[in-house]
Amino acid sequence: MTQLREKIGADVVFTDSTTRLAYSFDATPNYQAMPDAIVAPRSTEDVQAVLRLCHEHRIPVVPRGSATNLAGGTTPLSGGVVMDFRHMDKIVEIDEKNLTVTVEPGCITAHLAQAVEARGLFYPPDPSSMKISTIGGNISENSGGLRGLKYGVTADYVLALEAVLPNGEVLRTGGKLAKDVAGYDLTRVLVGSEGTLAVITQATLKLIPLPETKQTMLAYFEDLDSAARTVSRIIENRVIPATLELMDKKTIEVVEAYANIGLPTDVGALLLLEQDGPLDVVRRDIEAMHAVCLEEGALSVEVARDEAHAETLRYARRIALSALARLSPTTILEDATVPRSEIAEMVRRIEAIGRAYDIQIATFGHAGDGNLHPTVATDARNHEEMKRVEAAFADIFAAALDLGGTITGEHGVGAMKAPYLEWKLGPAGIDVMKGIKLAFDPHGIMNPQKMFAKAAKKRIVQGGLS
Amino acid sequence: MKQRTELATRMTEKLDYEEMLGCMRCGFCLPTCPTYIRSKDESASPRGRIAIMKGVVDGLIEPDEGVEKTLNECLGCLACEPACPAGVRYSVLLEDARAAITEHKRATGQMPVRERLVRKVVFDGLFLNKAKMETATGFLRFYQQSGVQTLTHKLRILDWFPDQLQKMETILPTVPPKTERRRRPERIPATGATTARVAFFSGCLMDTMFYETNANTIKLLQAAGCDIVIPKTQQCCGALHGHAGEQTGAVTLAKQNIAAFEAEDVDYIITNAGGCGAFLIGYDHLLKHDPEWAERAERFTAKIKDFASILIEVGFLDRVPLSLPEQLITYQDSCHLRNVQKGALAPRVLLQAIEGAVYIEQKHADHCCGSAGVYNLLQPVIANDILEMKMGHVNVTAAQTIVTSNPGCHMQMQLGIQEHGTDSMRAVHLADLLVEAMDHHAI
Ligand SMILES: Cc1cc2nc3c(=O)[nH]c(=O)nc-3n(C[C@H](O)[C@H](O)[C@H](O)COP(=O)(O)OP(=O)(O)OC[C@H]3O[C@@H](n4cnc5c(N)ncnc54)[C@H](O)[C@@H]3O)c2cc1C
Ligand code: SF4
Ligand code: SF4
Repeated sequence: MTQLREKIGADVVFTDSTTRLAYSFDATPNYQAMPDAIVAPRSTEDVQAVLRLCHEHRIPVVPRGSATNLAGGTTPLSGGVVMDFRHMDKIVEIDEKNLTVTVEPGCITAHLAQAVEARGLFYPPDPSSMKISTIGGNISENSGGLRGLKYGVTADYVLALEAVLPNGEVLRTGGKLAKDVAGYDLTRVLVGSEGTLAVITQATLKLIPLPETKQTMLAYFEDLDSAARTVSRIIENRVIPATLELMDKKTIEVVEAYANIGLPTDVGALLLLEQDGPLDVVRRDIEAMHAVCLEEGALSVEVARDEAHAETLRYARRIALSALARLSPTTILEDATVPRSEIAEMVRRIEAIGRAYDIQIATFGHAGDGNLHPTVATDARNHEEMKRVEAAFADIFAAALDLGGTITGEHGVGAMKAPYLEWKLGPAGIDVMKGIKLAFDPHGIMNPQKMFAKAAKKRIVQGGLS
Repeated sequence: MKQRTELATRMTEKLDYEEMLGCMRCGFCLPTCPTYIRSKDESASPRGRIAIMKGVVDGLIEPDEGVEKTLNECLGCLACEPACPAGVRYSVLLEDARAAITEHKRATGQMPVRERLVRKVVFDGLFLNKAKMETATGFLRFYQQSGVQTLTHKLRILDWFPDQLQKMETILPTVPPKTERRRRPERIPATGATTARVAFFSGCLMDTMFYETNANTIKLLQAAGCDIVIPKTQQCCGALHGHAGEQTGAVTLAKQNIAAFEAEDVDYIITNAGGCGAFLIGYDHLLKHDPEWAERAERFTAKIKDFASILIEVGFLDRVPLSLPEQLITYQDSCHLRNVQKGALAPRVLLQAIEGAVYIEQKHADHCCGSAGVYNLLQPVIANDILEMKMGHVNVTAAQTIVTSNPGCHMQMQLGIQEHGTDSMRAVHLADLLVEAMDHHAI
């Protein structure tokens, strides 16, 4: 500690128990562990100094953005040092010639989005947590948002990274280039690495022109199948909407019970659809989507008259999580993803799993890219129920994989899903990943116990179902 | 060590575990919290503070000075509450935690002599007793009128006091003579047809140092068609007690107020100070475990309404034309009016209705100005940082008139103007400005 203080300054090293407690958790329910210290570097050089010291003394380092991840990614499970980027939050450069922006890792995603939009440019990845999550966290979790279907996820916008390796060396990958095939793509290796390889200290991101207009539409369906069929048919029709969000019956009921906004509770599902771009394209696509909704038997379709109306249409989807959160003391939001064509089947399986384990699961999510958020309202103190919840989620991941999907679409593996990673990758995949980890981090000081579990869970195919 | 464990037990008994569990740690409250924005330190955030309280209850940490410091540094502005998707009632947790700490200190004789003295004078003396409050403000009036003020300024006596107190002293409002304050009748009839029967909560500070604002509020209510009664037996609302962990004092005052207003058959109880209004609205929580008072408290809180909202509701703007000489106006929300009483809209509607004046919304009008009761005296460094940020946004609007709805905010904005503003700026209470606009139109 004394050495840490000497190296980077006593005012950015904290070891009091109050501060340590404040950095002992993230947004993941039921995960908490005390770090030994918190450091808040001011520069890449500070990061180098901290890592060198920790490398030498084999002290775990947990990089932390705003700790909004839902995978236990920033809980310091092995103690050690939590590295906080509050001082490294600047927008270094907006390059209007190359359409790029260069930022420090602690920059809040929404701040970045506002800054570039003020210049008529657009940074599309918009995780629901963007008002508080950081770019460093987004890159490390490869976050996606409501616009993922049309615009892709964070990985699609990262052009170059500066990262400090555990031994203190600085690694620079990529550049302001549209094309770069020199060797392994280390940028992609670092994106989604969840702080297990290196500390990202700067990123250059791709920008695109800001879409001129946007239209919003809300459609109700009698059952889930017609909503899901609508999703597939829209895309078959060569329309790629900016937003295509689904809420199941249970989510609608919960939202209505909480907010009283006049949602019909006798419907089976709703879709929120948006398109952006040049006015005539937007008009054409909205009309096309409207037609498909009706053909697939939508009970009603509402197109927003103006921005205020659009906001009321978006409201139900936006408050879904709030409404669910108020249902019970503990809310567990999961993140399973399937191919678009399997959405209806996946939601049905989730419902069946909920019944089998006698737990309340509501599902909403980004139907357009198959990313679903089954959400359980429970109480962490009820250990018996928590066991059932855990078993149900194992079944949900298994179901997603069966349908050709994955165990996480955007929230990351962290500690929470580490036991399931092998289900997705197989032993060979895990071995390659462990090899990469060893090459970057030979002493295993970077975010230990994340991504790789001591033992993989045994896969029981659809265990609880009868 | 033993004493610490005693405090942990006290906090465990006092804090509502369900409420703490309700926090899903999503962090959505972080960008709304002024102390977090200032330091970007998780232990100065709402999520962090809740986790710290829970950490004490769960036995993960001892309630040491660090815990007390984070709780003391919280402004209590409650910007975090409306932002919270899970609906966590942070205010309840904060108040209970502070009460546990105060009770513990008192019980174990840990309260420093100076703090004990100040608490005694302020909480048992001044605010628990309207007559004493009168005497104190009487002194203030004497001090202001007699030339002592000018003299002390010249002699730099104030250099003996801490910096912040010195600055505050220069912006204290002029107190009107007691005789004038005594002359106000208990019942005041509406002008024209009656639209509502209301009781007016006159407050303690508001009724002495800001007597003029109270008089103006009454004038507005009258013009809006309200029959007004001002119960003589009412007391200070108890907010300062509550926020400083003096729950017993707050409960005493709450009961006296409920009794005072129960006697009157009115539609609403009107407040013109955001801080008081919010505390009055919380009486039901304060007394919920008291079988004799719980229901009475609920009936009382259901009637609380801020004066701007009632003016809109009874059609004041249709009755009374408003105009002012050309000027730019901006509004600084009272945190408690906005976050607890949900009264952010009405003041803006009223201000925008004034002919001749142009209303400009400042960026982050909803962020606390740093006054927060006596916070600016207790935490001068943080309060000053926050005020400086605030004045940055105010200055961008180039407004000449900054309107507030709470005495604390009012004085803080005056301080802000003095420290970081321009000579052509002024801070006014909404009621004072509306009467000004009423009178201006009449000319
Ligand atoms: C209510 C809610 C809604 C959400 N919605 C979405 C959503 O729509 N889409 C989505 O994808 N996610 C979502 N998330 C999850 C989460 O917000 C994202 O994963 C986000 O990117 C995390 O950012 P953060 O700054 O909080 O990172 P943290 O949680 O602090 O960290 C995340 C990971 O990144 C690592 N890390 C952070 N900074 C660095 C760095 N500089 N160098 C190396 N490693 C680093 C950490 O070690 C950790 O493993 C949501 C979360 C919540 C609570
Ligand atoms: S917004 Fe509410 S639930 Fe989320 S961290 Fe803050 S207090 Fe907790
Ligand atoms: S009351 Fe205000 S200062 Fe305190 S935690 Fe909430 S937002 Fe922050």
